[in-house]
Amino acid sequence: MKLTYAKRLNLVGWLFIAPAVVMIFIMSFSAIIQAFGISLQTGMGNNMKWTGFSNYLRILKDPTFQTTVGNTLVYLLQIPVMLGLALLYAQALNNVHLRCPGLYRVMIFLPCAMASVSYSLVFRILFASDGLINTVLRFTGLNQNGINFFGGAWTSRMVILIALVWRWTGYNMVFLSAAMQSIDPAIYEAATIDGASGFQRYFRVTLPLLRPTLVLLCIMTLSGTIQLFDESVNLTNGGPANATLSISHYIYNLAFKYTPNFGYATALSFVVFIVIAILTLLQMKVGDKRDEM
Amino acid sequence: MTKCKKVLLPLIMLLTSLLFIFPIFWMFVSATNDTAGIVMGKLTFGTALPTNFENLMKAKNIWTAMFNSLRNAALQTVLSLFISSLAGYGFEVFHDRHKDALMNVLLLSMLIPQITTAIPLFKMFSSWGLLNTWIAFVLPGIASVFLIMLFRQSARSFPGEVIQAARVDGLGEFGIFIRMFVPIMAPTYVAALTITFMNAWNSYLWPSIVMLSNESTTMPLLLANLMSGYTQDYGMILLAVAICTLPTLLIFAFLQKSFASGITGAVKM
Repeated sequence: MKLTYAKRLNLVGWLFIAPAVVMIFIMSFSAIIQAFGISLQTGMGNNMKWTGFSNYLRILKDPTFQTTVGNTLVYLLQIPVMLGLALLYAQALNNVHLRCPGLYRVMIFLPCAMASVSYSLVFRILFASDGLINTVLRFTGLNQNGINFFGGAWTSRMVILIALVWRWTGYNMVFLSAAMQSIDPAIYEAATIDGASGFQRYFRVTLPLLRPTLVLLCIMTLSGTIQLFDESVNLTNGGPANATLSISHYIYNLAFKYTPNFGYATALSFVVFIVIAILTLLQMKVGDKRDEM
Repeated sequence: MTKCKKVLLPLIMLLTSLLFIFPIFWMFVSATNDTAGIVMGKLTFGTALPTNFENLMKAKNIWTAMFNSLRNAALQTVLSLFISSLAGYGFEVFHDRHKDALMNVLLLSMLIPQITTAIPLFKMFSSWGLLNTWIAFVLPGIASVFLIMLFRQSARSFPGEVIQAARVDGLGEFGIFIRMFVPIMAPTYVAALTITFMNAWNSYLWPSIVMLSNESTTMPLLLANLMSGYTQDYGMILLAVAICTLPTLLIFAFLQKSFASGITGAVKM
């Protein structure tokens, strides 16, 4: 009797998890296997033919893809800036001298309430040649002619970087602030008694204890930045001359905007998957290793 | 030194915090100004709101997009919360070696970028004839590993005595979940709700692939289309952006704490 009850409970458990497991297998695992299959084919619509790895060989000779990889490397610059700012703000919010930290927290966190499309459009109009930033530049005499932000490669990349930092600093600050609050004050007291200065406390106590959170935020930001899409489409539309085109945006264009080339587009997207998987697992390993030390 | 800190720190915090809310403030202000005013750098509320609204109504069917966004996000939230919390509860309460191993396999799905599954999923939904339907919008994200982890975490703190007592009282396992777990874990559900609703409301990549018709368009898609026109009416566009932002901003204003605890909750170590 007892065994059958345990068995019944076990079965009920499987029923509880079944819907989610089935959906994840269909929508993620089966889809990624299909993606690999499509990446080995060429052709349009339903007239697909097997070509082996020719799509992957084509990637190596694709100048536009190289451009998008270069652009993505530039976007990665936002990670140290954004995480550094988030760390500073989290530290400031937990400073005993700061009154009403809740107010600042909400203000910095507020950009998270905006859709990426929405803030992309706001920044696009702010930085337009007749936008507010240029109006201010002209009015204050800093730059009489104004700057055509979206006309230059580096200025438009700059706008995307500013937008990304603006959008994500608060999000990461919330993680770091929560992690800082969970540090036992007794550790700081002990460090102070042992004669540790403020700097030493920060670098020897706070930062090491925040490392798991920082590793996690790094993984999330890295993966998110490599997958950048909404900003590339709506803020700069990839321009000028592909100078801000993100990898996802390029893949989207190949599959859904130009003459649809699902085979090649999927091969590119599969490379993105491999890169993200390797980087994530590598970072997790690094995070684990230092734990043992 | 400390005096300097006491004055300087709040001052820096205030000035830089203002930079973070300025674009949002400017969006709402500009929604009430005409394009000429916006270009001149007007920073006060104006009187062009009705004109902007009229132009917007002429350009796009904003009510359809609002309705679609609301319906899709609501369905996504309800279904995703139900399926994911059921699984999170199941993985914790009925855990054994096999289910734990399966959970680790599911975690691997977080490594898969959206763009990689987009093309096979598009082919799948198009062969099922489901393009432009809320089902295509909702289904790929209906089971979220992130939410499963969040609910598994909260099920860990759910007292086993409650489950035992309910079993003795003759309540079925599903009954325990619905009548005990869901009400007791209401804060977790609110946190999960804010995240899921906001993500669904704001989602762009997947909808831009499957929601192609004018009848099925959502707010972010409508916004993206507004900007691609030749003559750009900034006042009208920023009004549309403001309308799209209002629902998520309200959720954020009322549930900011739960939102914060939700995004950080699933990854407690």
